[in-house]
Amino acid sequence: MIADIAIVIAAALFIGVYVSWRAGRIDRLHARVDMAQAALDATLVRRSSVALELATSGLLDPATGLLLASAVHGTKDITSRPRDLAESDLTRALRAAFSQPDFRASINGKEGADELLAEVEAAAHQVFLARKFYNDVVAATREARQRPLARVLRLSGRARAPEFFEMDDSLVAENTGASLGL
Amino acid sequence: MKIGITCPYSWDVPGGVQQHIRDLAEALIDEGHDVSVISPADDDTPLPRYVTGAGRAVPVPYNGSVARLSFGFLSTNRVRRWIKDGGFDVLHVHEPEIPSLSLLACWVASGPIVATFHTAIPRSRILLVTYAVVRTGLEKINGRIAVSEAARTTLVEHIGGDAVVIPNGVATRRYRKADPLPGWPGPGGAIGFLGRLDEPRKGLQVLLKAFEVLGQERPGLRLLIAGPAADPGDVLDRVPAALRDRVVLLGQVSEEDKVRVLHSVDVFCSPNTGGESFGIVTAEAMAAGVPIVASDIEAFRQVLRGGEAGELFTTGDAGDLARAAGRLLDDPARRAALSAAALVAVAAYDWSVVARSVLSVYETVVLGSTQVAVTASGGEFP
Repeated sequence: MIADIAIVIAAALFIGVYVSWRAGRIDRLHARVDMAQAALDATLVRRSSVALELATSGLLDPATGLLLASAVHGTKDITSRPRDLAESDLTRALRAAFSQPDFRASINGKEGADELLAEVEAAAHQVFLARKFYNDVVAATREARQRPLARVLRLSGRARAPEFFEMDDSLVAENTGASLGL
Repeated sequence: MKIGITCPYSWDVPGGVQQHIRDLAEALIDEGHDVSVISPADDDTPLPRYVTGAGRAVPVPYNGSVARLSFGFLSTNRVRRWIKDGGFDVLHVHEPEIPSLSLLACWVASGPIVATFHTAIPRSRILLVTYAVVRTGLEKINGRIAVSEAARTTLVEHIGGDAVVIPNGVATRRYRKADPLPGWPGPGGAIGFLGRLDEPRKGLQVLLKAFEVLGQERPGLRLLIAGPAADPGDVLDRVPAALRDRVVLLGQVSEEDKVRVLHSVDVFCSPNTGGESFGIVTAEAMAAGVPIVASDIEAFRQVLRGGEAGELFTTGDAGDLARAAGRLLDDPARRAALSAAALVAVAAYDWSVVARSVLSVYETVVLGSTQVAVTASGGEFP
């Protein structure tokens, strides 16, 4: 009799601990999503600002400069266009500028050119990394929320399911014909 | 005068700016001027003799859509060479606020520069950040032209300064002669309409109402309608079943077929209820010499010389339209007289007249100035 009660209590305790551990995990995943999102946001903002620096540097012809500057403006003007599309536009504008034949040769040797190009490329690469990490943790979170136990017991509380952030973030054209994906 | 004109958009893609430049260049050449146009174009596109290709335009995202533009140092070098070889008295750039050839030309050139602004852009689209990039180029412009009041307002608000308004012309020659579509106008007579079918201000609904009367009175009369619509079936639904087989919808037609449509009817109808500032379609119909019946709005009254060059009916009144069109259909002599008057009246809107206005802008900016040359400071690339 006492043994039975002990077993029931032990089982209840075990289930309680397990459920709260699961809930805690989902909670931690959501926190990680927030952090990854902040990081992604920071890299996008950084990319915009170095792209604008390049656009107004005087290293480029004004047409290329204007293209980049308008694309940068698009990423800041959140009212007119969804962010993923605006950021993809900036990627494509940068790619159009960088993929001109002999682009590097044309600005090489000008003051500050090498540093600025390297900065733009580094910023673009960081966007690529940050987005990858963000989408990884979004995938893990969504998967954890989809588990039957989590759904039945509503372990994620009122937190909304995080969304993947999809965009074109490659500065390197896969092939010249469809290089712009347009 | 030696005139260099830059086109920002691909020559091989149809568009209003390209057509404007083509008509202007040809009108200036007819006046005996030496004109050279530089434009992005695919290498295998056949170009008129006066056009220099600047290479293929690249599709890039711009202002929320994809545009085909020429930019970069290779395009810059081509523009510079074109200016150097051209020895122009005046450089005429179109849409220099677009990241393409015209902006590059402003950047590398010195000397008299005239710019034409075509677009009316909502305020939010233009940005101070980007203006910093183009300022050096735009500040070199000596004379500015806007093709409409709206384009001028855009310019004044976004960039500052002012512009003279010189509207588009009508290439009347292109409308003068064409073969009617097979079987048109036919023995029973035909009335024509051109324009968006589902835009109420174009007034198709007024014409359809009038055709209910006209079609019953005249058993052979047909209606020829050309223009785009989201749902063309909706138009036929508004016509009584007995008349439906006498209403022919062509949908959107090419420039060439548009001229043929105008030559396929006995009477052309412009039933607009408003919203027209000039009435380009009506002017084109005049150039084709087709007798016109048009609503009595300000724009039409002006282009039709208060009714001398075409019948005017009370705007929006289908009964009055039916009476006016009926009178014309019954009176070949009146039709011939209106056709002749229309041809005379439309000559005032011909490109040759517009070209002369543009030319006087050229003449003003070249006063006391040297030839167009390549600047030492702008656009230096190896």
